[in-house]
Amino acid sequence: MSQFLDMFLIGISAASIYALMAISMVLVWRSTRVVNFAQAGMALLSAYIGYELVSRTGNFWISLPLAMILGAAFSAFIEFFLMRTLLKHSNQGPIAAIAPIIATLGLLGVIRAVIGFIWGHGDVQLEAPLSKVGYKFGDTTLFIGPMGLFVICFVVALLLVVTIVFQKTNIGLALRASAYAPEIAQLSGIRVSGIRTLGWAIAGAAGAAAGILQTVNGTGGLTPESLEFSLLLVFGFIAAVIGGLESLPGAVLGAVILGLVLAFVQIYISGTLVFIVAFILLLAVLILRPQGFLGSKAGRRA
Amino acid sequence: MSKDSLLSISNLTVKFGGLTALDDVFLNLESNQVVGLIGPNGAGKTTLFNAICGIVEPTSGKLTLNGKSHDWPATHELTSLGISRTLQGVGLFPDLTVAENVMIGAQKFAKTGLISAGFGRNKLDEEELRGRAQWALERVYSGSLADKRADALSYPDTKRVAIARALVSEPKILMLDEPAGGLGAQDIEWMNGLIRNLRSEMSILIVEHHMDVVMSVCDELYVLNFGEVIASGSAETVRRDPAVIAAYLGTGVA
Repeated sequence: MSQFLDMFLIGISAASIYALMAISMVLVWRSTRVVNFAQAGMALLSAYIGYELVSRTGNFWISLPLAMILGAAFSAFIEFFLMRTLLKHSNQGPIAAIAPIIATLGLLGVIRAVIGFIWGHGDVQLEAPLSKVGYKFGDTTLFIGPMGLFVICFVVALLLVVTIVFQKTNIGLALRASAYAPEIAQLSGIRVSGIRTLGWAIAGAAGAAAGILQTVNGTGGLTPESLEFSLLLVFGFIAAVIGGLESLPGAVLGAVILGLVLAFVQIYISGTLVFIVAFILLLAVLILRPQGFLGSKAGRRA
Repeated sequence: MSKDSLLSISNLTVKFGGLTALDDVFLNLESNQVVGLIGPNGAGKTTLFNAICGIVEPTSGKLTLNGKSHDWPATHELTSLGISRTLQGVGLFPDLTVAENVMIGAQKFAKTGLISAGFGRNKLDEEELRGRAQWALERVYSGSLADKRADALSYPDTKRVAIARALVSEPKILMLDEPAGGLGAQDIEWMNGLIRNLRSEMSILIVEHHMDVVMSVCDELYVLNFGEVIASGSAETVRRDPAVIAAYLGTGVA
């Protein structure tokens, strides 16, 4: 029983971070049709910025939202100054499909290099602000403690905010309309280019939160070459694909499925099988249900 | 050009690479006038619409709005300039309700930015936009559809809702791209009636293939063929124009 509870808690805490990552991939995909491989680098940069802010202010609780705002600004900056020009000039033929991939992969390399240049290549420690010692109930020690609980609650709160913005506000309506049919949105008076930048900004904030929470909830160590962040990108992407790549609730659902399946494998089978299972899951979804669980079959046609 | 000209275009040329899609095209639309654009497929009717809407960039040409020279508008400025357009493909958002679909067309009335949305301004906006959407739906006699999901509508209903979405910004110029396309006889009759009603409040520019619609609602017609205006004038004049007969019947002009 305690093993099952652990599996559930491990799954949900991993899922909460995958969900943030998946949401940022989905937002960028919906607004500009770009799979943003640089998201891993942007999240890593945000974690470093979080580290820098914590060491200057000494306060994690101020640093987290600040780093998210900076992450949003950086992401908007990339969209505005890099992607917009790129997509405008390479919008036809095979290069239109390849250019964003090369550009975001290249950007990933640039960001890692810049991080190494500023903070060096050694290990940097972003300390957890809360205890990671698991809660105790009688004889059993749970897998998560105050830090883990905070991560889950914070992500759930962020998801609620995103849901309210998208479902209940006029800006959310503009975001959804621009993603679905840019031409119609524009004819309706929506400045689609601005909305695209906003989509990237929200993605940047979500990615920043993912980067910081992943770090403090894990070992706290950061390196520019961090494998952990590359995997975060892969898992976020798999979660997004399971959910249909277009759908925000789908991305969250995908993250929960992925998190629980991987936790199950880790606890009951073997930790070494985690990546293999993750890719089998991705392939299975792509073959059996390529539109994902909450994506629309018709795709995107006005 | 008469003094109550709302929209006037002269010497409009659009080239895509080596292909000339529009060649020295002119058009004039006056207050409360219904003007039809007709011509065979590929004649450039939709390109002309797209040029006015900022979707294609004119190679050259002049645009006058309300008698004053104006730059070719960017697409997102149109509703603020009092111009609104429906698309051939209708283009409703399937997973939104009818009311939400129409609200998208009312963006120019939204006052809330992202920041102020956080401070409760949004509720007011939402109510106002919803009210405007309802009003626009009533104008196309579809008020009862408001809460339905767009993908649950019949085809003629989607056409009505698309027009409501164009009307909600209170345009002075309404551009309809094949409003009767795909409709049965009864719905076409209904559409004719609607267009005649709307013209008391706005000017209407129509691209349409159904000749009976064009002949019954338009005050003036422009006939395009191979990107050129080959005839213009009242329905009667155009109907008898030998160049028009030739273009439609495919015979050479004697």
